[in-house]
Amino acid sequence: MSVSQLTSPVTVPTSSTPGRFGVYGGRYVPETLMAALLELDAAYAEAQADPAFHVELDGLLKDYVGRPTPLYFAKRLTETLGGAKIYLKREDLLHTGAHKINNALGQALLARRMGKQRIIAETGAGQHGVATATVCALFGLECVVYMGEEDMRRQELNVFRMRLLGAEVRGVASGSATLKDAINEAMRDWVTNVRNTFYILGSALGSHPYPTMVRDFHRVISIESKRQILAHEGRLPDAIVACVGGGSNAIGAFYEYIPDTNVALIGVEAGGRGTALGEHAARFAKNGGGVPGVLQGTYSYVLQNDAGQVAATHSVSAGLDYASVGPEHAMLHDSGRATYTSATDEEALNAVSVLSRTEGIIPALESAHAIAEAIKLAPKMGKDKILMVNVSGRGDKDIGIMTREMNLSGVEAKG
Amino acid sequence: MPIRFNKRPGLVIYLTAGDPDLATTREMALAAIDNGADVIELGVPFSDPLADGPVIQRASERAVARGTRLSDVLTICKELRAARPAAGIILFSYLNPVVRFGLPAFAKAAKEAGADGVLLTDMIVEEAGEYLQVMREHDLMPVFLAAPTSPDERLKAIAEASRGFVYAISRVGITGTQTELASDAQGLVERIKQFTTLPVALGFGVSTAAHVKAVGDFADAAVVGSAIVGLIEKTAAGEEAKAVGEFVAALRGGNAA
Repeated sequence: MSVSQLTSPVTVPTSSTPGRFGVYGGRYVPETLMAALLELDAAYAEAQADPAFHVELDGLLKDYVGRPTPLYFAKRLTETLGGAKIYLKREDLLHTGAHKINNALGQALLARRMGKQRIIAETGAGQHGVATATVCALFGLECVVYMGEEDMRRQELNVFRMRLLGAEVRGVASGSATLKDAINEAMRDWVTNVRNTFYILGSALGSHPYPTMVRDFHRVISIESKRQILAHEGRLPDAIVACVGGGSNAIGAFYEYIPDTNVALIGVEAGGRGTALGEHAARFAKNGGGVPGVLQGTYSYVLQNDAGQVAATHSVSAGLDYASVGPEHAMLHDSGRATYTSATDEEALNAVSVLSRTEGIIPALESAHAIAEAIKLAPKMGKDKILMVNVSGRGDKDIGIMTREMNLSGVEAKG
Repeated sequence: MPIRFNKRPGLVIYLTAGDPDLATTREMALAAIDNGADVIELGVPFSDPLADGPVIQRASERAVARGTRLSDVLTICKELRAARPAAGIILFSYLNPVVRFGLPAFAKAAKEAGADGVLLTDMIVEEAGEYLQVMREHDLMPVFLAAPTSPDERLKAIAEASRGFVYAISRVGITGTQTELASDAQGLVERIKQFTTLPVALGFGVSTAAHVKAVGDFADAAVVGSAIVGLIEKTAAGEEAKAVGEFVAALRGGNAA
């Protein structure tokens, strides 16, 4: 490698360098991490080419994680909304309660292959932390999870679960004490302990090869759903809706349909409590403050002020409360292949109520953003149309927030 | 002009611009230069300094909270250049503020402000194509970081891409003071020197006069950052420039700082 061969620029990156999604993605990290990233890239490529790796992963996904997840026709929700037929992809039924374990398991197998005994992870809502703690218990690996103190407070149940599973949860007080700050701290740990530590990153974010690797481990969602919808309906859906924080469940739910251009792909970001910078996490919203930039290793849309300082974010759901978004979503956004919309805190809370009472399914607040979009969209679609919603996680972790926000406690709880 | 290290080891002093305020940053930089610093690294504060330890994180947070912008740092650079024509000045930043400013616009403004070079913490050589081109066009020196974990082929590319000096990171990890210099630092400097005649400056954990002296045994310059930034944090308002001047003089004098 010599200077003359260094060709990938900053402001207009090329798509030919590793880990590029159009102009987005890439590797923007402190040099100390580069050897580890190159080692990971090579180990991942080798594992992908090894049938034994897939046999073990698929076996555990089936017998331990509980795949395949059902694709369920939500009859009462469909009737209530009076439009498109709604199918729910039930990632909430997986072991640990969310899609996150698809990726945590894959990366843990990779860590074991590479002989790394110490695992670190970041977590927002705690679902990736719980999934990582779970697979570390399964494989006997040391596990440290970084979590913003604000998120520890609002997702306390998941903190207890991680500790019960034997993980050490380290609170992060810097910044807004949420997901972004947890990733900063995990990266500081990694740069310090890089020689013996594997960083299980939980969303389709960060430096190459993470966005590709995380997406690959979640592709199973759309591989299954495609087979399932063809079995149910004999055709593909008209639209697929998924919530987008970093974007791991959405990219998994979308991926196999990207060439099927008749299938609309709709990502739902956190609209929070307002449109001003700091009040939401809608990176793709027009005039919302999201513009391309570099955060935590990758080039993608970043909520920031005009001086390039990363903005605070707000969402009732900790898992969507993040200033940037996976680079593949940035590409899908710019190309128009996927569209991105948002749901407010209030709309998400309402969606929790609607899904709980029509289908007996309590979704995570993150997934409720996707349900909220379905509630808006389905009535505008004909009854012959099919709308698929990825229910990325279950809502048990959010019962405290729901109880407060929806006034469910006490004898006078609203019916 | 080329970066010149007048004595061995040369001394590079890092300051987080805007902490405690821009005027004080300028005064502290002048005090550092007048007491023996060869090069000032003007740190552009960033909201998410993931390569930095707690001391520089706090300084960065304070400077961002005061509204310090890249354009302000360029202004300070211009004032320093006018006041001290011979000193080396490097703009030290995370990538995002520069991307937001616009890379070509930044390079043009940096040159006009009299900066000698630029160090971007999260820029690796493979991604640096346009960056290097723009640096060349504006006659600015790109300084890259080299890490103990970098294998020789990466050190070669880093050395070839760098101008002015190569910044060797003494140990794996984030910035911060240490009681002892890392034992693998010398090995790294020797590995870099296989590939370049550029000076090699060693930083991360270099915080005392004894460290600086020890660095002089195998490297061309020492970079002191967190120790200075931590000192500024503890110093009473109005006394910072004096404190920095004395600290730098002590680093230069070989007395225990």
